[in-house]
Amino acid sequence: MNVETDEDLVPAVDSAAHAVGDLPVMGRIPAGASRDDAVAHLREAARLVRRRDIQMVRAAGLGHIGGEFSVIDTLVTLYLGVANISPETVADPERDRIVLSKGHAAAALYTTLAIAGFIPPQELSTFMQPQAMLNGHPARTKIDAVEASTGPLGHGLPIAVGMAFAGRLDGSSRRTFVVTGDGEMQEGSNWEALMTAGNHRLSNLCVVIDRNRLQQGARVEDTNDLEPLTDKLRAFGFEVHDVDGHDHGALLDAFAQVPSASGKPTAVVAHTLKGHPISFMSNNVAWHHKVPTQEQVELALTELEKS
Amino acid sequence: MTTVPLFDCRDAWVDTLVELAESDDRIVAVVNDSVGSSKLGPFQDRFPDRLINVGIAEQDMVGVGAGLANGGKVAFVSAAACFLTARAMEQIKVDAAYSNNHMVLVGQSPGMAYGELGPTHHSIEDLAWLRAIPGLTVIVPSDPEETAQAVRWAAQHDGPVFLRVSRMGVPAVNPDGYTFVPGRAVTLREGNDVTIIATGTVVTRALDAARLLEQDGIDARVLSMPTIKPLDHDAVLAAARDTGGIVTVEEALTSGLGGAVAETVVRHAPVPMRFVGVSDAFAPTGSIGWLLDHFGINAEGVAEAARELVAR
Ligand SMILES: Cc1ncc(C[n+]2csc(CCOP(=O)(O)OP(=O)(O)O)c2C)c(N)n1
Ligand SMILES: [Mg+2]
Repeated sequence: MNVETDEDLVPAVDSAAHAVGDLPVMGRIPAGASRDDAVAHLREAARLVRRRDIQMVRAAGLGHIGGEFSVIDTLVTLYLGVANISPETVADPERDRIVLSKGHAAAALYTTLAIAGFIPPQELSTFMQPQAMLNGHPARTKIDAVEASTGPLGHGLPIAVGMAFAGRLDGSSRRTFVVTGDGEMQEGSNWEALMTAGNHRLSNLCVVIDRNRLQQGARVEDTNDLEPLTDKLRAFGFEVHDVDGHDHGALLDAFAQVPSASGKPTAVVAHTLKGHPISFMSNNVAWHHKVPTQEQVELALTELEKS
Repeated sequence: MTTVPLFDCRDAWVDTLVELAESDDRIVAVVNDSVGSSKLGPFQDRFPDRLINVGIAEQDMVGVGAGLANGGKVAFVSAAACFLTARAMEQIKVDAAYSNNHMVLVGQSPGMAYGELGPTHHSIEDLAWLRAIPGLTVIVPSDPEETAQAVRWAAQHDGPVFLRVSRMGVPAVNPDGYTFVPGRAVTLREGNDVTIIATGTVVTRALDAARLLEQDGIDARVLSMPTIKPLDHDAVLAAARDTGGIVTVEEALTSGLGGAVAETVVRHAPVPMRFVGVSDAFAPTGSIGWLLDHFGINAEGVAEAARELVAR
């Protein structure tokens, strides 16, 4: 059969690759933790999330590991260190909202939700199995902690703008964080939403752009470039922070400035590398949705041991 | 059991496009970061200037195709069928169809080909949506040869075309010497007890169902319907009159082919029908193979629907 599996579909399922339950529930940064302890908590969580993520992708034979590894530090920082949400308050109207607009990084989201205690770690072994709630892209009808169903790029930001409006209408101090890809910012819907947010001065909104400079098939700059990105965001009425998206301390500092003092919405341009920190994946477009071999998994786990 | 070779129709699509582009410099490809998923690598290598990658921006992509048509180009706008149709539907309706532009919308990996990536990535609504648009030819090839012929036909047809290109492995199903004609069904099996009308990737499953039915002494006619629009009304009505019952089969919502056939049947020759496909549901998580079985879009599901009609 000459059916190639060059793309998203690699049907080989390797159940043996599941190391079930090797993910502890760490929960949020403990109250009163020093800054160093807070950063150490996030760093260890991100390391464990990457460990589990790569094994999930291997076992499912599907996933988007490049964009998962670039965004994990952002997700872990938001869920464990920034947003006012917990498994107990997942239905509280006053909770902060987090939307993963780049839904193809679903495995990173699920693993982060597991380490944060929103879904049982054992559930991760059902990723993409028949009838699983852990679908290839997150669905709000399947998982309580998922605020918006995503997968088609360019949906999360407009939805987040609506969430921010709702918060304002309620007179609430809750914040909305939305995480997009940088290739995803080519979608016009995002710029429509940015314009709305800027004009309406939605200071309770924070857009995080995972600026890994790669999209599915090529570099963003070789496809349809975004630059000058920060100038554009400022022109649309945003407070902009350029940060190292793998530096948990820098991310904490940027998110601490939401809502902004100026009354503008915030954009965090998180400079990252796809596949970070794995030597053979990092900044390599081939790893957008490549599935690692068992040897590559072992190699990556060894590298993560030292990270 | 002999093993039948299976083909990814995207190979026929890109080979034909490159071949046509060699002698027809009007041909341009427009994509949304979808060179790989459209298998357009060879086209990009051969004609780098004639491949326009607008990035992840489907509305832009279809509009650009219409602008190219205005300049005398023939744009093959190629993207995953789900995003092409769902995101850019108004551009398809207005810029392609209402404006009657010669452009080809190529929906890649349609149906539930993206399996466990979920309903956001499935394109099962496309046939129902697109057949509602006036002037748009909707082609659903069933095998590589028909895919290649459809690409050639669309390159010279002066009007808007939607072409559904499958990645799922399918065998060659059409007879030797077959010629694709829009609006003409292909009789793949004669029979007078019941008719199975199928389109695209599932034509092979309809043929398998007919073999199962033969074991029950039921002689099923099998029609392949390569265009949902225009539909072969004559073949549908002949099937209704000759066999007294019709089962439609599609990897889509049953309001696609099924709805189109039913409208014709009800108007001119009412007979009982059954509809195999997806009906009013978002798919659960599962692989393409699992999902087709889950929805009964397989030989047994089709055969069972046909048995119900014959038993009436
Ligand atoms: C509307 C839409 N078009 C196309 C795709 C297919 N797709 C999935 S991921 C991807 C690349 C995304 O690139 P980027 O936003 O930079 O994400 P990251 O690099 O973080 O993975 C594409 C084109 C999609 N999911 N949605
Ligand atoms: Mg990117």
